[in-house]
Amino acid sequence: MVKIPDCIEKEEYEKSLSQKKELQKPCEDKVSSETCDITIALAGNANVGKSVIFNYLTGSDQVVGNWPGKTVKRAEGNLFYQGHKIHIIDLPGIYSFSTFSMEEIVSREYIACEKPEIVINVLDASVLERNLFFTLQLMEMEVPMVVCVNQMDIARQKGYDIDTEKLEKALGVPVVPTVAVTGEGLQKLVKEAMNVAKTKNQKNIIEYGGEVEKTIKSLENFLKAEKVDVGYSNRWVAIKLLENDPEINKIVQSESVRAIQFANHLALELEKIHDEPSFAIMASERYALASKIAAGAQNQTKFKITLSEKVDKILIHPVYGYFTSALVIIGLLVWTFIIGNFLSGIITDVMGFFQPVDPALSGPVLAVLWNGAFGGLVAGLTLIVPFIIPFYILLSYIQNSGLLTRVAFMMDSFMQKIGLHGKALIPLILGYGCSVPAIDSTRILETKRERLLAAFAITFAPCSARTIIILSLVAVFVSIWWALALYVLDLVIIFIMGKLALKAMPGESTSLIMEMHSLRIPSSPVILKDTWNRTKSLAYLVFPVFIIGSAVIQLFYVLGVLEPISNFMMPLTVGWLKLPAFAGILLLVGIVRKEFVLLTLVSFVGTDLSLALTSSQFIVLALIGMLYLPCLSTLSILIREFGVKAASVISAANLITAFIVGGIVAHVLSFFA
Amino acid sequence: MSSEKTLSENAEEYLEVIYKLSLEERPVKTTKISKMLNIAPASVSQMIKRLETLGYIDYSPYKGVTLTEEGYAIASKITRKHRLLERFLYDVLHIKKERVHDQACEMEHSLSDDAERALCQLLEQPDECPDDEELIPVCDFKFQTCDECRMRRQEEVNQVGKRDKNLVSITNMKRTEKGKVSFVRGDYKVIRRLMDMGITIGAEISVLEVAPFKGPVKILVRGSNLALGRDIAKNVFVEIIREDPPAEGALSYG
Ligand SMILES: Nc1nc2c(ncn2[C@@H]2O[C@H](COP(=O)(O)OP(=O)(O)O)[C@@H](O)[C@H]2O)c(=O)[nH]1
Ligand SMILES: [Mg+2]
Repeated sequence: MVKIPDCIEKEEYEKSLSQKKELQKPCEDKVSSETCDITIALAGNANVGKSVIFNYLTGSDQVVGNWPGKTVKRAEGNLFYQGHKIHIIDLPGIYSFSTFSMEEIVSREYIACEKPEIVINVLDASVLERNLFFTLQLMEMEVPMVVCVNQMDIARQKGYDIDTEKLEKALGVPVVPTVAVTGEGLQKLVKEAMNVAKTKNQKNIIEYGGEVEKTIKSLENFLKAEKVDVGYSNRWVAIKLLENDPEINKIVQSESVRAIQFANHLALELEKIHDEPSFAIMASERYALASKIAAGAQNQTKFKITLSEKVDKILIHPVYGYFTSALVIIGLLVWTFIIGNFLSGIITDVMGFFQPVDPALSGPVLAVLWNGAFGGLVAGLTLIVPFIIPFYILLSYIQNSGLLTRVAFMMDSFMQKIGLHGKALIPLILGYGCSVPAIDSTRILETKRERLLAAFAITFAPCSARTIIILSLVAVFVSIWWALALYVLDLVIIFIMGKLALKAMPGESTSLIMEMHSLRIPSSPVILKDTWNRTKSLAYLVFPVFIIGSAVIQLFYVLGVLEPISNFMMPLTVGWLKLPAFAGILLLVGIVRKEFVLLTLVSFVGTDLSLALTSSQFIVLALIGMLYLPCLSTLSILIREFGVKAASVISAANLITAFIVGGIVAHVLSFFA
Repeated sequence: MSSEKTLSENAEEYLEVIYKLSLEERPVKTTKISKMLNIAPASVSQMIKRLETLGYIDYSPYKGVTLTEEGYAIASKITRKHRLLERFLYDVLHIKKERVHDQACEMEHSLSDDAERALCQLLEQPDECPDDEELIPVCDFKFQTCDECRMRRQEEVNQVGKRDKNLVSITNMKRTEKGKVSFVRGDYKVIRRLMDMGITIGAEISVLEVAPFKGPVKILVRGSNLALGRDIAKNVFVEIIREDPPAEGALSYG
């Protein structure tokens, strides 16, 4: 059995409903009330260009956060236009207004409750019919709207000729053709939107055919007669009742039980005629209309096989596809590593010029704290600037070009083995760069269980910091082959732990439903904006943790708190892992950031580490350093996303695995030595 | 559908009688059954043997028969339908008390579960039947309360469309073929999502690529490219559209 992607677990949703205590209309917990004259909401399918338009309109005047209590991104900003302050909100990309995903719930509650003056419905011109399916649902809600047919350039490339005037006539709302990446048509879009917002009496009722329309009408009238008012338009409520929408059912039930009974009766009648469940009838009805409107407004002038289609054939070819996928993943890692190492070297040098990071420094408390905090700042900078930014740039490129969906397509069957589907590859690849953004990006997965599974696997992935430890301890002082062996061992551990986690958290595994947009060359402003937004939100999380954490560790160190703890750990570090006694301190400071293991070690024994450690100790220390605990920032994002309990369980699993595997390796190596 | 699984009306009638009699005394003597049904004891024992091999009753010679759990479920369901029908015939259609029993006996076997539910709601959850004031057995639907039953329709269907032996799963379609969606099964939410993405009954689909190792399938539907995991794709069935049927007979070579 498979479960739906893009959905939350139902119980979870029902819980969130019941947490609102008694049944309430969605509008009773308003999200925000701005002092703006006009609010514009951008709505549409995923990947149609909403965010590009949003960025174009709001420039830098924007806030990206979360919807209250939900892990759904919320982006809003302001636009000054002809003396008006316009509030713009970028709604999440969705395909329908059901309640299977948080995105859908957030969007429909926003539209119903905040009642934006106008909704700009962004469409992908090259997939008109499917996009119109959503447009029709917006029209059911009877919101004032303007339709923006975006990506006209891509539609043209594919040989589609779209007559926006015909579309306008068919829909009865203004339609503006645009190319968001070049800004073409966006001025006109705002103008049309303002027009509609000012006139305030747009009539945009779209009618379906035959008995479906009759049924909707009679239920609509019944609702009116019953004086049902739940915040949504009666027509929309009628349709949702016919579709058996659980939430609307509950809300209406509290106002009029008869309305539910009548709706059930009507739905059963419809089902008798069509011999299909009512939601399927409604979907068919909408698509029939969408198809008619699309066919009337577009015609394919020429059937061209575009370059992107040719490339696509190779990318998901049953044989070559694996090569290209591997190339993309390896390319991303190699790029991050080479650029990262280069930049991080420069930054460390520059910073070292100002202030050497010397954990052994002693003196007045303030100086110690300053030293620690400075160390944290350097650590943060040497993580974010050289590794994260280049990584995000290339990742954004891979994502925006559509390459990533191809890789996900090819890798789906492997990911299924650890209970995840192809899309989970994205966070896992990210995990090779840095666990923090990787865990952040598990949000693209549908259920909490999947997100946890992925996050768990990620905490074992060799992030760039771990890679540095492996390279500088093992590759330099033992051999590159041992370093590689550790990498392979890590992959094996990820796989085994993934399997174990699957056993511990049994459940239905989800299967892929993913739209594959045509490949395109992404525009650089889009990429840079993307990178900037991601980096910014990460920096807010990482810097405070680094700076404070590092200062505290420094203080502990100087106060001599670490020593006793380290001694207390001796049976483990010296006895079981066969490491030198000071290893305990290394592991303690490494909690803040993994590279500190290395830095502190250098400060203890100088640059020639081989004087202090044997080959097998290098290997064991690297292994332990790699696995033993997620670093502080990873821990904080784990807590943010999954709560303290899950974060502690994951950490404990890390710790136990590290010491078991480390001990075994230590003993096996000492046997051969 | 397999014929041995469905009970003949005759067998249902037997179970119903055994159910009724076992309320008074258990095990139920076969002579009582034969008297109640007005059927010769020899035919009754024959039927009882059949019911026993089907696992609906336990029979011990000289003592009588008892319903197994499975038999009990069927018997109480059919009894419930019978008595609901009696109420309906009497309360709604105002048919004479003496005649409702025979009428209900005829109708009970063809009453669907949906209709049973509707009937129960219409009659506002009756508990006794009209003629002999016997209790109406409770329903076996998975609802906590009658309220819940009233509010929910057949929620969470697991299939849409009609199954037909000519249908092909899209995982078995050839690259050049086009198909018309005719039957989709699977998890309720998956079905709903598929419909939202355009895979409605009657939609045209062609397969563009199938990833190896049981990987996903890339399809073209309503102008959009979708990747469907194998588990989902194998449960979407289409009727192959023959593009240009070969002209009959007059085939020319060369
Ligand atoms: N060629 C082209 N690409 C576009 C256009 N609009 C958006 N894109 C690209 O489509 C992708 C998705 O855009 P985005 O705004 O993130 O979509 P959203 O999911 O609707 O927010 C990005 O890579 C954009 O660069 C357009 O008009 N033409
Ligand atoms: Mg977006």
